[in-house]
Amino acid sequence: MVQKLEQVETQTKKEEYLLEVKGLKKYFDVTEGLFKKERQYLRAVDNIDFFVRQGETLGIVGESGCGKSTTGNLIMQLLDKTEGEIIFEGVDLSKLKGEALRKKRAEIQMIFQDPFSSLNPRMRVFDIIAEPLKTHGVAKGKELENQVYELMDVVGLDRSYARRYPHEFSGGQRQRIGIARAIALKPKLIICDEPVSALDVSIQSQILNLMSKLQKEFQLTYIFIAHGLPAVKHISDRVAVMYLGKIVEITTKEKLFDQPLHPYTEGLLAAVPIPDPTLRDQKHRIIIEGDMPSPANPPSGCRFHTRCPYAQDKCRSEEPSLIEEKPDHFVACHFPLEKGHGVLIEK
Amino acid sequence: MSVNTETQNQNQVVSSVEKKQTTNGFVRWMRLLLKSKTGTFGLIIVLAVILVAIFAKYLAPYDPNMINPAAMLKPPFWLEGGSMEHILGTDNLGRDILSRIIYGSQVSLAVGLAAVALAGVIGVFVGLVAGYYGGFIDNVLMRLVDSFLAIPTILFALVILSIFGPSVTTLIVVLGITNWVQYARLVRGEVLSIKEREFVKAAKSIGVRDNKIILKHLLPNVISPFIVISTLSVATTIILEASLSFLGLGIQPPTISWGGILSDGRDYIATSWWLATFPGLAITITVLAIIFLGDWLRDVLDPRSAK
Repeated sequence: MVQKLEQVETQTKKEEYLLEVKGLKKYFDVTEGLFKKERQYLRAVDNIDFFVRQGETLGIVGESGCGKSTTGNLIMQLLDKTEGEIIFEGVDLSKLKGEALRKKRAEIQMIFQDPFSSLNPRMRVFDIIAEPLKTHGVAKGKELENQVYELMDVVGLDRSYARRYPHEFSGGQRQRIGIARAIALKPKLIICDEPVSALDVSIQSQILNLMSKLQKEFQLTYIFIAHGLPAVKHISDRVAVMYLGKIVEITTKEKLFDQPLHPYTEGLLAAVPIPDPTLRDQKHRIIIEGDMPSPANPPSGCRFHTRCPYAQDKCRSEEPSLIEEKPDHFVACHFPLEKGHGVLIEK
Repeated sequence: MSVNTETQNQNQVVSSVEKKQTTNGFVRWMRLLLKSKTGTFGLIIVLAVILVAIFAKYLAPYDPNMINPAAMLKPPFWLEGGSMEHILGTDNLGRDILSRIIYGSQVSLAVGLAAVALAGVIGVFVGLVAGYYGGFIDNVLMRLVDSFLAIPTILFALVILSIFGPSVTTLIVVLGITNWVQYARLVRGEVLSIKEREFVKAAKSIGVRDNKIILKHLLPNVISPFIVISTLSVATTIILEASLSFLGLGIQPPTISWGGILSDGRDYIATSWWLATFPGLAITITVLAIIFLGDWLRDVLDPRSAK
């Protein structure tokens, strides 16, 4: 049965989500020239809905420029939304201001992509990790010192590093410092903005394992932003696929990897290299060609139709909405795939 | 996890490491200083000039304003007619050049340092605020900067000095007010690039207040280009003060500044070159030393250069 997302929401209202994003939009004004009458907007995030359950990891995947990082920054209140609601434990974060917002920030933290720019080069490791604790007046003096050293133990940093500066560390160690800073306030939600994409492959798994360990230890909820599916497979419970500012598919990790419903997801999966040539499924491999269109001037209808191998006339004119095609499996496509192998569902 | 037992062990390790690190700060400075020959030179000269300024009373062989008609226009000691009585010779009124240079260092240094400090405080503050907040505040402040830039420094200084009368204080204020704009622009530019870095985003997402972000995250990261520019600027301010004194609107006699001595000597440059050359040399060497010192300070202030 095809149901509208809103209907599903009313049905499952009993379930309390940690975070719920409703109709979130972020348009950047990119009008050039002073006297142009028509304003031009870059639709970085265009009307997205999703929720995150307590204790789970939601992966958000998409190409560069699809709006996944913007979504993270909007939830963090580092950017102001254009429209929509960001409801965290029943409170709309985007309506909070000043001191109330500052206090709330303790509950949502962020791990950044580039460990070389996310640590202040002028601050010692100790001060970097102590900053959140000091800012929210959690600890002082000896107690602060103990807490910082404990955090360093937890993320696997030697305590003797406390007096050093960030430039003395490798990317992986820097990311550990960033993680220690993010968990210092025992937040409920951590937004991880491509936390391993700047690291060596060998270090990536160490950091991912550390993050999984911390999730169990501190009952953390993660939003894990990545640009490829392999990175989120390891850690996510559910995965949202974004394309040009829209969520095109959102479901559990198993369903997404076994039976993607959206052609774009299928394309992303096909793009994952398979080391063993005999396991490669050449016949059913779809290749997404071309570049992503500009979010300042998105295609009409379904935004993916310019690159979709199965596009029909309807796709060019009518925009599909995100609907629950199968239980707990939402997709925004007029002709979702069956079994993820290019066979269209007859309608 | 056996964190507790480990904690005690590691605490001991840490405290010994800390001790090492505190001495390390000074040791690191000294090591960096000795590594840089120009830095060593700069520091020694600047310290020497400062000491000379402080102890001018004891170092100067004569009263700098003592007129001695018996010893007019005496050349330095190594020239014919010169003597060890007046090592660098005397001027047209028979005043000892060395004594005058020693006393002149007081005013020249004080004006240079104080004017730059004043300009630096205003400029850095304006630059930080404009760069961090952006938008309307930035626009207003930067248009103010532009309008200041449109005023020629010397002309502005001349007008103010002729209205309020030349004194050390007015000179410092005038030079400070005409110089802050360059710091404001420099700092604003740096802030614009630094505030896009993720550590500023991280501080915001932690909930660090704006004033703390500005003071703890932005200021330390703009300070090294500022130090370099401001040392250079101490140098140009000393020169500017000399120019104003040269034009007769700087330090008024009997107060002595290097620019003043230079200006007094210009009429005799063809016959008695030492009148203008030695104060000129004093300015050149001091300015050069300050620039070297500034370069070295930039290295010391950047933790990344400590290898």
